Amino acid sequence: MISQLTGIERIVAAFTFLILICFGVAMAAGGRDDLIGTHGWVISLAGIAGAIALLRGYDAPDPSPDRLSEYYDDPSKAGIILTLIWGVIGMLVGVWVAALLAWPELTFDAAWAGFGRLRPVHTSGVIFGFGGNALIATSLHVLQRTTRARLPDQFSPWFVLFGYNLFCVLAASGYLMGITQSKEYAEPEWYADIWLVVVWVVYFSIYIRTLMRRKEPHIYVANWYYMAFILVVALLHIINNLAVPVSLGHVKSYSAFSGVQDAMTQWWYGHNAVAFFLTAGFLGMMYYYLPKRAGRPIYSYRMSIISFWGITFMYMWAGSHHLHYTALPHWVQSLGMAFSVVLLVPSWASAGNALLTLNGAWHKVRDDAVLRFMMLAAIFYGLATFEGSFMAIRAVNSLSHYTDWTIGHVHAGALGWVAMITYGSLYALTPWLWKRPALYSAKLVEWHFWLALSGTVIYVFAMWNSGVIQGLMWRTYNDSGTLNYTFVDSLVAMHPYYIARTIGGLLFLSGAVIALYNIVMTIRTPVPAASESASDIPFVFEPAAPTAPAGE
Amino acid sequence: MTIDHEMLTGFSKTFGLFYLIAMSIGVLIYAYWPSNKKPFDRAAKAVVSDEEDKPCL
Repeated sequence: MISQLTGIERIVAAFTFLILICFGVAMAAGGRDDLIGTHGWVISLAGIAGAIALLRGYDAPDPSPDRLSEYYDDPSKAGIILTLIWGVIGMLVGVWVAALLAWPELTFDAAWAGFGRLRPVHTSGVIFGFGGNALIATSLHVLQRTTRARLPDQFSPWFVLFGYNLFCVLAASGYLMGITQSKEYAEPEWYADIWLVVVWVVYFSIYIRTLMRRKEPHIYVANWYYMAFILVVALLHIINNLAVPVSLGHVKSYSAFSGVQDAMTQWWYGHNAVAFFLTAGFLGMMYYYLPKRAGRPIYSYRMSIISFWGITFMYMWAGSHHLHYTALPHWVQSLGMAFSVVLLVPSWASAGNALLTLNGAWHKVRDDAVLRFMMLAAIFYGLATFEGSFMAIRAVNSLSHYTDWTIGHVHAGALGWVAMITYGSLYALTPWLWKRPALYSAKLVEWHFWLALSGTVIYVFAMWNSGVIQGLMWRTYNDSGTLNYTFVDSLVAMHPYYIARTIGGLLFLSGAVIALYNIVMTIRTPVPAASESASDIPFVFEPAAPTAPAGE
Repeated sequence: MTIDHEMLTGFSKTFGLFYLIAMSIGVLIYAYWPSNKKPFDRAAKAVVSDEEDKPCL
């Protein structure tokens, strides 16, 4: 990895690690009586690990100029492995917290094993650890292929990948210690948030610098989605995390917002995290890997552009549907409801576009479980967005809000859409990047597919039942006009569904473990000698043939 | 002019509507502009035509 850096990049890396160590030690010293001290040590250890790796490879010869005639895929490769590992961790903790709901005594009387601390490890582990690494790995791959330009340098992609994973580690370890600012999907405290902003700015700059050097005049639509993801997540993250720390040596901070403004800012963030992290970014993935794997161009390129602008601009206004029947002004609730319903149009345009692309390639869907993952993702995307629009209607929300129906809806999207499109894309990408003829085992992909599908269906059906029963029990009155059931009555009624959802999650987790094994084995299996000629190179000789078809 | 709740809601309820309509029209014009069809088709086809990108199939 160090041997791939140029001399100047090695110096930049050295300064980066030095700054990281200095900040880490300062935090450890300034926060020695506080939990921030522990995180200071984590940060300085990350810097020291980087410095040791740098020193061990510092004397390596400069990389050859030949590298510029090839894409730079090593950060994507590392990102794929990190995605799969975070997937297993995040889903394992997910099964654990699901089991905690069914058997609450499983906490071993340890503070870190309580539901409140483990649950954010699950949510951040799967959203940011699994989803975020998948987005970084695939975006760097798609960006280079669709612009036919190599990444601008060798250091910044590694900085983004490892810097982002440092953020994920700070987040997860902080939750276990009890560090949280209690904002859904934005729990990490101020210092981790500032670090993520630095990483994110570098990530965006990689995108812009590569696009500026692109050889294709038109920017393929997948890049628009990835850029919307990067840009809007930066906006959301910075605004929602505006806070003042108690002191520089203390983890605790106080939000700049309070009351209903705080709630609105949080759910503007929260719903747009769904929109731009879990939707736009993964749509970028779908618009590249699904046509590529199916061997057919996207059904309607125009429709992909129209739905892009529809999704980006309408999602922005939908967040207030999380606050129906609260102190939020009624018209803001109605606004969120209206935009959520209209959102169905661009959402179904995207799902339909994906499925129509497969028209004429259904035999491939039948034979190829990798493509089937992507098809199923598009179907679940259509289902989850329909359900979301429906649940955002105030009258429906009066039944579904605060119940497990919401959890079922989230998992229809997260398991059915996000995880399926990710696994489909990674299965397709791994043999391309490591230049392998095929995956280690197509049979294991089949196993994964059916485990993932049955796990998702069991999970979602369990939560639908549970949520509707909860909602109905909470609104049933008796003849004297008081509530018919106590809260504990509804809790007891949930018990069988909580066991069912644990089983569903366990099936999905087994699929994730199989995926990790299958991809690691694909990488470790030696390359057959004959396939060596198949290299993919960017378009370097510019003046010669301006209209040469891609790939020449 | 003071920036108060009334003014902000009034602004959101009027300007918000018109800029979204204008943007939708702009996007539709861009997507259906005849001379844009060629680069769109080219971009869509380039993704799948790149033989060298998939040595495995």
